[in-house]
Amino acid sequence: MSLNLPSYPQPDGRGRYGRFGGRYVPETLIPALDELERAYHAAKADPEFLNELDRLFKDFVGRPSPLYFAARLTEHAGGAKIYLKREDFNYTGAHKINNCLAQALLAKRMGKRRVIAETGAGQHGVASATAAALLGLDCIVYMGAEDIRRQAMNVFRMKLLGAEVREVTSGTSTLKDATNEAIRDWVTNVRDTFYILGSVVGPHPYPAMVRDFQSVIGEEVKVQLQALEGREAPDAIVACVGGGSNAIGIFAPYAYLPGDQRPRLIGTEAAGEGVESGKHAASVAGGRIGVLHGSMMYLLNDDEGQIVPPHSISAGLDYPGIGPEHCHYSETGVAEYVPVTDAQALEALQLLTRLEGIIPALESAHAVYHAVGLARELGPEGIIVVNLSGRGDKDVAEVMRLLEMERDEGLLDKDVERVVGEVVA
Amino acid sequence: MTATLTRGAERIQAAFEQANAQGRAAFIPFMTAGYPTAGAFPAVADALLEHADLLEVGIPYSDPLGDGPTIQRASEQALAGGTSTRRTLALVKELRARHDKPIAVMTYVNPIYAVGPREFMRLAADAGVDGLILPDLPPDQDIEIADLAAEYGLAVTFLIAPTSTPERVRLVAEACTGFLYAVSVTGVTGAREGSALGEVPAMLALAREYARVPVAVGFGVKDAATAAQVAQVADGVVVGSAFINAIREGQDVGALAAEIARGCQR
Ligand SMILES: Cc1ncc(COP(=O)(O)O)c(C=O)c1O
Repeated sequence: MSLNLPSYPQPDGRGRYGRFGGRYVPETLIPALDELERAYHAAKADPEFLNELDRLFKDFVGRPSPLYFAARLTEHAGGAKIYLKREDFNYTGAHKINNCLAQALLAKRMGKRRVIAETGAGQHGVASATAAALLGLDCIVYMGAEDIRRQAMNVFRMKLLGAEVREVTSGTSTLKDATNEAIRDWVTNVRDTFYILGSVVGPHPYPAMVRDFQSVIGEEVKVQLQALEGREAPDAIVACVGGGSNAIGIFAPYAYLPGDQRPRLIGTEAAGEGVESGKHAASVAGGRIGVLHGSMMYLLNDDEGQIVPPHSISAGLDYPGIGPEHCHYSETGVAEYVPVTDAQALEALQLLTRLEGIIPALESAHAVYHAVGLARELGPEGIIVVNLSGRGDKDVAEVMRLLEMERDEGLLDKDVERVVGEVVA
Repeated sequence: MTATLTRGAERIQAAFEQANAQGRAAFIPFMTAGYPTAGAFPAVADALLEHADLLEVGIPYSDPLGDGPTIQRASEQALAGGTSTRRTLALVKELRARHDKPIAVMTYVNPIYAVGPREFMRLAADAGVDGLILPDLPPDQDIEIADLAAEYGLAVTFLIAPTSTPERVRLVAEACTGFLYAVSVTGVTGAREGSALGEVPAMLALAREYARVPVAVGFGVKDAATAAQVAQVADGVVVGSAFINAIREGQDVGALAAEIARGCQR
């Protein structure tokens, strides 16, 4: 199968998904966004670009990623069959590499030698640094001081790959501030710089372009599920949502099917300590419509429009907004968005690790948690595909710290307590 | 767009006309509302207004992506002191009681949406605001905001940049009702080294072809000398970060404003 970047009916000509999306950015950037849009459309229709991306997807990323039947997890859940789309198999450890390689290739095609990126968990930063190294581009990654602390290993990887990591200490020192800083850099250096945006957020055409690049996930599922189960569409698809790129990548190829053929599409938002607690990153459940980073979306902001700092156990979901296409899916009922807490994600991470030998990223664990409950609800006739967006290597130190805390509070079950005791000197 | 000017547009344009008639570019100082503290802001604004033709008051915002570190930090400090959207409009209302010079409010769009566009315009008009400056709202993004502003008598100012194509310059220029704001550099706000003129002359020539309003230049003007350069070519000169730096360093804002205002003389 050679690569084909899909065309979807959304957004409209102005970059809107219903009332969401758009381009709320300083005028300085508008010509660059127009230029990007033109370059992207040309690339999308150019066999040379598509073949090169296809080659990189296969030989560099390791695509297609497996669609794995999780037999023991299915048995544990006691209901629908659970398949895992193994984006954790991708080189550099997450779905982020799909988008980064594609954007870096586009940057090169546009003659831009300097690329910038923002990162929270570090996965997008590592993927950007990797793509830049591969294609010989200069790379600068903006990262919040708080995330630098939480994801030291990824910071080191980026540096090893030759990227410059710029620490951001403004605001809350996390992903949203790193994104502001990347946009400021772009405003300043727009003539020779390509901004590799990490999710389906930002001004048009980014949400559409990132979606198209990530759609390879859902397109593969169609083919793989056909081979495994004799049908293209499962009954439900579950994916975690930070900005929403892994979720849109697996949703979009199904989202525009007629309602009766469309699987249930479910995005899990990071509910942190609970949506009622105020300490969460659930933009649909706990936000209201606003504008951030160039687009209109559901957003955590107070009644005077100040952005409310998000909270999540996983740095990759710790973002106050959600991509405009998801907002539109939510408003029109194409997809559902459900909150999953820190504690539930941590529980699901341990569950998947022990039952299947797969340590998922904390981000992906949010989706796993919801899938287990959903399997019971759907019953044995059902099929669920969970997008396992990334692997948990980056999170093990944080998980160990959290489990130690739980042990000290006497919250762990005896088995886990013994493991934690053995691992922690 | 209709030929009748809103009250705010009239007052802003009159201020430019008066300055230009006196052989000056209009002097437009900027200050973040509630900076350095909500209590100290009115005195700072008074000092600026004494020398200004038009005062630009910024609504402090948590994520000001068009601003450089100086204004960004001023915003953080003002927010920490409890000043945000409604409080800013209340502060302007207080100033309005003492001053007749036009006042424009600079705001990112999210505070407008959060308060509600109509409610925001009502509050702004009630506070005596004359115009809005909208750094992250290209005029073709949301017509509603400009229409609502007009309905409440407010002028709107959009921005052009050195990267703007002729078509964009035209679109933006035609949408502005108070004045047109030309950004002197490809970049964010902040006092800079070197000439403030940059690519300004070519951009202004283009802007004047389309604009029916005065054209002011800002970003990077930091003292009387750079103001004088800009005053040679523009109808107005906007100075922001330099005043915030001055406050941070304990300098006399009024004296700096007087000096820069003199620099605006042609
Ligand atoms: C493994 C993993 N999953 C999910 C996300 C969230 O991003 P998105 O919602 O764009 O897929 C991240 C972000 O860093 C990630 O690293």
